[in-house]
Amino acid sequence: MTRHLKAAAPQLAALFLVLLANWIVFPEFFHIRVQDGRLYGSLVDVFNRGAPVALLAIGMTLVIATRGIDLSVGAVMAIAGATAATLVNDGHGAMTAIAAALAVGLLCGLWNGILVALLDIQPIIATLILMVAGRGIAQLITEGQIVTFVDPALIFMGSGAIAGIPMPVILAFLALCVTLFLYRRTALGLLTEAIGINRRASAYAGVNARAVLLVAYAWCGLTASLAGIIAAADIKGADANNAGLWLELDAILAVVIGGTSLFGGRFRLVLSFVGALIIQAMNTGILLSGFKPEFNLIVKAFVILVLLLMQSGASGALLDRLALIRSRPRLAPEGKEVS
Amino acid sequence: MTLIRSLRRLLAATALSAVALSAAHAEDLTIGFSQIGSESGWRAAETKVSKIEADKRGIDLKIADAQQKQENQIKAIRSFIAQGVDAIFLAPVVATGWDAVLAEAKEAEIPVVLLDRTIDTPDESLYLTAVTSDTVYEGKVAGEWLAEKTAGKCAIVELQGTVGSSPAINRKKGFDEAIAVHAEMKIIRTQSGDFTRAKGKEVMESFLKAENGGKNICAVYAHNDDMMIGAIQAIKEAGLKPGSDILTISIDAVPDIFKAMADGEANATVELTPNMAGPALDAIIAYKKDGTVPPKWIQTESRLYLPDTAAAEYDARKDLY
Repeated sequence: MTRHLKAAAPQLAALFLVLLANWIVFPEFFHIRVQDGRLYGSLVDVFNRGAPVALLAIGMTLVIATRGIDLSVGAVMAIAGATAATLVNDGHGAMTAIAAALAVGLLCGLWNGILVALLDIQPIIATLILMVAGRGIAQLITEGQIVTFVDPALIFMGSGAIAGIPMPVILAFLALCVTLFLYRRTALGLLTEAIGINRRASAYAGVNARAVLLVAYAWCGLTASLAGIIAAADIKGADANNAGLWLELDAILAVVIGGTSLFGGRFRLVLSFVGALIIQAMNTGILLSGFKPEFNLIVKAFVILVLLLMQSGASGALLDRLALIRSRPRLAPEGKEVS
Repeated sequence: MTLIRSLRRLLAATALSAVALSAAHAEDLTIGFSQIGSESGWRAAETKVSKIEADKRGIDLKIADAQQKQENQIKAIRSFIAQGVDAIFLAPVVATGWDAVLAEAKEAEIPVVLLDRTIDTPDESLYLTAVTSDTVYEGKVAGEWLAEKTAGKCAIVELQGTVGSSPAINRKKGFDEAIAVHAEMKIIRTQSGDFTRAKGKEVMESFLKAENGGKNICAVYAHNDDMMIGAIQAIKEAGLKPGSDILTISIDAVPDIFKAMADGEANATVELTPNMAGPALDAIIAYKKDGTVPPKWIQTESRLYLPDTAAAEYDARKDLY
């Protein structure tokens, strides 16, 4: 347990610092009250708004662990939202619509998996296909409009709450727990790391690399479709042009902040989740700060740069070197060593 | 098919006796329209309205969808020139790079009308006229309405469009100009909602928290209706009443904002009309008939809509978008 905590120290410190900064720019940041049977406050917003990216980050972590990448998750969100909204408007029940949207996400994931695992196409290219085509598919489903809906059960997925906790937060935590169980309580996690480090060697050792890859991409599609349902339910409409737009980049960033290497191998699900929260805490903080919108991206880029420098091994070594140089001058000028 | 078409023309001619004269004359006109694509509900509506307006005047309008690509638009214009159309409508996807292809059209003596957006060119004779809305004026109409509604006293939060985009810059500018004359009208917070519902909701959520649970806010101004629809949801979830506790004013006049107005959750919207083709067609008909050269810029009307007509407007628009 302490070992886990120690490994997570940089991310937890970063989250703490960002939250602290938010508290400084907005003293009421930690105020929470109940509004219409639902927790209400800026901190709740961080979790609630962060849930879709957190969901994407869960799936993305698994794919990146196999030394892959999935650029299509944003488009899959749009497809899933469009599917759910269109079905519910055609008179199907919310449960059918949600199940269908999840199934579509799973199919999208399997498609990516087949391209990568069976046809050996490089992941970045394989998933780029669906990234580009997927938004078109979503637009076909919605016929280019924002499809609004009034089904209370579907809307509940986005703005409902159980015991005061917003539904998106519950769903994201649930997805995290199921994924942790699937990957950490079975050998699947180990096999994923193995093929991420060396696919050929693990195949020789008897690992069915194709099956493991397929599961990772399919799971990524599934979590993306859940994020898509939440995003649509939140605004009571499926916006095929904008839902999930560029969120694949936020998801990859969350995974990287969480400390999982893009070169595959060891992965850290919980920390990817924390990474997503760090990104959202930053976004919420910028909105609360009252900075001019022109500065949004600059502030964000600067904070991320600092975060990544904090984690980077090379910058740690550089700091050590600097400390050394600073302590050395007493000896150096004479060029003599005390030996 | 031709029978139905001639019947329809006959019907149009008898029903609209005022238009009948020009229709009879314009009947043999063929116009090529290079449309950008269908990236938004508004764009799709513009295409639909163009067809309807052309049908009304008995003009054969050929629409080419460029799928957001300039090279497709250039190809479409070249093919229109080859077909020898009577005029070309162009909704340019970008502002530059049109000189060569428009010079070809000029050589073929085919007039070009720009719709919705303008181009950067040193030679203004390359196009006959441009039909666009004045986005600065739209912001101004919004600001003036709010000033009148609140008697010049209001703390405003603003949801901007995408940072750096020309409608965002201009709609802000026009609004700022309108409220500048009222000392007690101030924008207390402004942020970008990227023209989307989701971002509009997220930004409004934090505005509400930052401004004493929304109690400090008198009105919200959004650069488009979609962001406002998101903001309205955020206001409701905070336990306030949009439309009365916090006033709303936005721009575009998409169907869903009329629904919100009819429900008493929104106060006003300024129209960005999808009917750019109507004035353009009239200009071309006049030009072909007796050589009347239209002004270089035809400004479309930026009408303000209020809740009293919202239900009717919603019914009229919902099939266009």
